Amino acid sequence: MSTVPDSQLSTPAPSKFRLAFQEFLDGSGGTVLYFVVIVLCLIGAWEGAKWLGQETDYRLELGPVKISLNMTRDLNMPHLKDIAEALSKPSQRQGPPLIEILVEKVSYTLRLAVIGFTIGTIIGLALAILFAHSRLLERGLMPYVVASQTVPILALAPMVIIWSENLFGSREIGMPMITAYLAFFPVTIYTLRGLSDVPPTALELMKSYAATRREILWKLRFPNAVPYIFTALKITAPASVVGTIIAELPTGIQDGLGGAIINFAQYYVSGPSRLWATNFVTAMAGILFFVTVAVTEWLVVRWKRPSNHLDRWIDTFLRNLRRVVPLLRD
Amino acid sequence: MKHTRKGLVLLVMLCLVVVGAFRPSAEHKTAQAQDLTPVRLQLKWVTQAQFAGYYAALNQGYYEEAGLEVEIIPGGPDISPQQVLAAGGAEFAIDWAGSALASREAIVNGGGSGPVNVAQIFQRSGMREIAFKDSGIESIEDLEGKNVGVWFAGNELPLFAALVANDLDPEDPNDVNVVAQAFDMVAFINGELDAAAAMTYNELAQVLEFVGEDGTFPVYTLDDLNIIDLNEVGTAMLEDGIYANEEWLADEANQATTVQFLVASFRGWIYCRDNPSDCVDYVLAEGSALGVGHQTWQMSEINKLIWPSELGVGQLDAELWTRTADIALTYAVIEEAADEAAARSDLAAAALASLQESFPDLDVNGADWVAPEVEITPNGE
Repeated sequence: MSTVPDSQLSTPAPSKFRLAFQEFLDGSGGTVLYFVVIVLCLIGAWEGAKWLGQETDYRLELGPVKISLNMTRDLNMPHLKDIAEALSKPSQRQGPPLIEILVEKVSYTLRLAVIGFTIGTIIGLALAILFAHSRLLERGLMPYVVASQTVPILALAPMVIIWSENLFGSREIGMPMITAYLAFFPVTIYTLRGLSDVPPTALELMKSYAATRREILWKLRFPNAVPYIFTALKITAPASVVGTIIAELPTGIQDGLGGAIINFAQYYVSGPSRLWATNFVTAMAGILFFVTVAVTEWLVVRWKRPSNHLDRWIDTFLRNLRRVVPLLRD
Repeated sequence: MKHTRKGLVLLVMLCLVVVGAFRPSAEHKTAQAQDLTPVRLQLKWVTQAQFAGYYAALNQGYYEEAGLEVEIIPGGPDISPQQVLAAGGAEFAIDWAGSALASREAIVNGGGSGPVNVAQIFQRSGMREIAFKDSGIESIEDLEGKNVGVWFAGNELPLFAALVANDLDPEDPNDVNVVAQAFDMVAFINGELDAAAAMTYNELAQVLEFVGEDGTFPVYTLDDLNIIDLNEVGTAMLEDGIYANEEWLADEANQATTVQFLVASFRGWIYCRDNPSDCVDYVLAEGSALGVGHQTWQMSEINKLIWPSELGVGQLDAELWTRTADIALTYAVIEEAADEAAARSDLAAAALASLQESFPDLDVNGADWVAPEVEITPNGE
């Protein structure tokens, strides 16, 4: 450090390069860069832990403290390279590569997740609108709405599936119900907040124009609630994928990610990287759903500046995309 | 307010996409035109060679010949076959005798109609307790002071009974440290367990199929393992049998359906004894993620549990049933001794007689059957 002259550390006018770099960091480039750095750190931590385990023969001795590093063995933590390879290799002799099987299963699970998500959103919105207009209903029913989320879904799911089989002759119909049960709650809570949190001046103005309750709902309360609703939907989207997987387990249906996870968990010893690869693909499905909702938000909510980094990044990305793709232009 | 309108349009479009996604699946069969009786079979676990006989009966058209349209419903960790049976979600279920007896007592005490054993497919049990040779564990009494893995939820009883018979208290960690084991063999291979529960057709094979670091294979062979057979210890409990709801069975038409179902299922199992590789293919067609090598091994091990069937395929050995019920009673899985109606042998006997009459050449005992050699494949692929 002593070799660097002081004058270089405190340059009065930032160089062109630094300005450009700053702009890069603030824009979408920064997000990409941070993302790449974090991914590299995670990869480094994973493989580093494995390396440490191998070097110490899985027993770390720090003075009197002995730590077992058995969890870093290939069986418990496969190499990332092996996980990636598992996707391209067939899981069954002469079968298609694992990724092909998983893509089929993802599309099955995502399809049901979208249905459950939609049903949940509609129920959530309806409840919120009801509650916003009736204090009595809100006070009477809200505790039950909250209580509904404390019932362990794992215990409820098998019963819902059996009811669905008895009522509709199909176990499949019960699955979106379970997803919707998980999905409606955030939508109700956030929408209610959005519907109620209107600026008092705006409400007074509407009232001075003798606006009806319905007009106030559609012209003031609902537009005000839209950003809140999208916040809820962004929570709900990945949760719907998880909810659908939980719903799959008591149906015995083998077409979705739930069936794949049971299978690879049971045969974990004969191919740990397959379960890890399935987890990875499942996470990707949740992210895909999230991004779809975020993009929809960007298309719908045009009057509000993006308030966080992720939204800003999506904003910049889509603005750039719009220059290329004519369809997205106004 | 232009924004809201545009938003609404987009929401409507999103809804249309969703409606498009909700195409009713065209899976519901249309075979009812041929006057087949529809019945559903709930399996105890996910599709695997353990249930190959039923898939064979389906694929070979035995069920259809018997006038049945059978839907096979795979099980899983969250599925209790007895719950499905009691709720009318299936006409038949595959279950182990211990858990069937426990459910029966609970359902009957609750005023419902419980499951009845109508056929016993597995003549002997596939549960073993395995240990590495270097652990020095050769018998149940050697488990004293060791970490012993078992599956709970009723599956621990055969081992518990064996421990008690050897003066070891499974509840006392000073005698033996019983550890709840997951449904994989990771803890055993990691050395966290001195002995582990293993089904011959699944977990035992997984240990043998294990590929070590840097692709070493085989890491373990049968020579590296000591296998304690609970059939020989005398505390094995009956495993896969076919169960039906007692109330449903009271109807004579349903009894006839049951006999038809058993005839076709027995034929399926005989087919799998004589054509194991076909049966493996049927199973693999249902489970695109299953390993060929592992299922081939499993098919062979399942055949060993069924054949030879001294009393004839699917017939219940009264002595083994009593033993299972006694163990269940001793360990308070059931509070009262199992009632007579919990198992009935007449339907399986009628099915066997009908099978022998229609197909006199069919070998229903498999006395001369010899298990084929099965090669262990890396990772069971």
